[in-house]
Amino acid sequence: MTPLRLLNLSAGYGARPVLHGISLNIAASQVTALVGPNGAGKSTLIRVLSGVLAARGGEARLNGTDLLRLRPAERARRVAVVPQMLHLPEAFTVGEIVLMGRTPHLPLWAGEGRRDCEVAWAAMRRAQVDELSERRADELSGGEQQRVVLARALAQEPQVLLLDEPTAHLDLKHQVRVLELVRELARVDNLTVLMTLHDLNQAALFADSVALMQRGEIVAHGSAQDVFTAERLSRVYGLHVAVGAHPVRGTPVVMATGTL
Amino acid sequence: MTTHSSQTASIAAAQNTTSELPRGLMLERWRGLRALALTTAALLSAALLAVVIGSVSIPPGAVLALLGERLAGLAPAATYPDTYRTILFEIRLPRVVFTAVTGAALASAGTAYQGLFRNPLADPYLVGVASGAGLGATLALVSEWPGRWLGLSAVPIGAFCGALLTVGLVILSAQVGHRVPISTMLLAGVAVGAFASAVTTFLMLRTPEGLRRAFNWLLGGYTGAGWAPVGIILPYVLVGLVVLQLNARALNVFQLDEEQARQLGIHVERVKLIVVLAATLMTSAVVAFGGLIGFVGLVVPHALRLLVGPDYRRLIPLSTIGGAAFLILADLLARTVLAPQELPVGVVTALAGAPFFVLLLRRLRRSVF
Repeated sequence: MTPLRLLNLSAGYGARPVLHGISLNIAASQVTALVGPNGAGKSTLIRVLSGVLAARGGEARLNGTDLLRLRPAERARRVAVVPQMLHLPEAFTVGEIVLMGRTPHLPLWAGEGRRDCEVAWAAMRRAQVDELSERRADELSGGEQQRVVLARALAQEPQVLLLDEPTAHLDLKHQVRVLELVRELARVDNLTVLMTLHDLNQAALFADSVALMQRGEIVAHGSAQDVFTAERLSRVYGLHVAVGAHPVRGTPVVMATGTL
Repeated sequence: MTTHSSQTASIAAAQNTTSELPRGLMLERWRGLRALALTTAALLSAALLAVVIGSVSIPPGAVLALLGERLAGLAPAATYPDTYRTILFEIRLPRVVFTAVTGAALASAGTAYQGLFRNPLADPYLVGVASGAGLGATLALVSEWPGRWLGLSAVPIGAFCGALLTVGLVILSAQVGHRVPISTMLLAGVAVGAFASAVTTFLMLRTPEGLRRAFNWLLGGYTGAGWAPVGIILPYVLVGLVVLQLNARALNVFQLDEEQARQLGIHVERVKLIVVLAATLMTSAVVAFGGLIGFVGLVVPHALRLLVGPDYRRLIPLSTIGGAAFLILADLLARTVLAPQELPVGVVTALAGAPFFVLLLRRLRRSVF
């Protein structure tokens, strides 16, 4: 049960700053959706938290340790990532790919032991890819590959799970399947989940709270009900929108009504 | 905020029943054993064949008896002429061992580079070893540096230093901030390599005598100097092999791509540098004495990859053994086909390796890279 606290986090590419002092409390055992227009800095924030991009300043506190100061393996034992662009190499089996999730727990030269295999197997069952364990990962469908990468992330036994557009390239059924699974991981396995989403309606349906980003800053953070107002979304997205209610769940439903 | 339906109980229950592991997980580690036995058998037969065949043929029985005598002090059952001992221990055996070490180094360095650069066309000479060694050797040849150092002539020293300096220059010029991106390393390798080759050509054309000798060296082949070169290259190759094997699991994770490797806790830049340095050290050492032997570092890893799949923890040791066997056979052909004249072994590796490789590619349609 460990919240992730971002304090005044900033980052950028070359001379171009992208994140301007992000401060955000990401609740433990909950799903926080990161939403906002293209170029707002959502993926950059994920890249900083996963150690791919160095932060220019600020902290990311988890249990009193600053994630940004950790060595790669130490960080990877706490934070796992499901990246947006899936790249699964040819010829490796699903089991081999998921076992790679044990990397941060193993010394460089050591092979996987029985416990590593057990953790990987539990992760595969959790992500519902256990039946595929001996299949070649590169020959699976997009939805299956997404769950293989999710299983690999779970095999890291992380406290924090980051997902970058987990529903991109998936059909509706697989989108819902992944999002439901992610929600279970927060509820049941007590993972602190932060995911970027483009679909505001899905964010409202599946996330416990949403953080709205614009031009490298957090504009609003709270429940979808509070954050997704027509006035605020129109301003951030530069678009006329109407906000209604989901016919079954009652969550906000956002629809574009025309450009400004 | 929504209220969530709960299938949570069933999923949690399913997770708790991790009684037995599937074959698909523990399994894979034995997959390489058959290939290991196969390549080892190939290596031993190739080595025996190579010491038996020659202008004076030594019967296999005599070879084994004399080896037993020399290594274990067993008295041979029959008496053999002393020329057998001389040919075996002073000429053929050092050549076979030297060739084996060279093949092992080139094939395993090639395997590691293909993994590191995620590029099926990568070979041990990729980041400047070949052009650097060529330049160093040519410089030593045309300057006619007379001295010998520790009993070594100038050519291998020049080649070794040239290779190391060139790879160092490639890495330095490819550096962007604290990182050495793969793409800039490849491009810097091409640029620095082209420059070094141009200087080599210029030097060769200035002196006709240098041209002939440098050309001979560039084609590659055993230079016939007894056990001394074996003793010199062996430590470099052994250290390189151990370092590559220690990084084999990291190379597996590299296949995902560098960003995911970093997210999985791999110290990407460190692994990259260590693998390049290890591969460079062993390649430079064998090239310094054996010249530029092509194709071993390309055909052997790919053939084995088709056999045992993409796991570098299996591929590197198998390439070591397979590369040794392959080059011993190529060298045997090189000295017997037009005997008493010797072909450059690089010609044989390409002539024999390329068709074999194409055959393999056609037989196994599924891509493994």
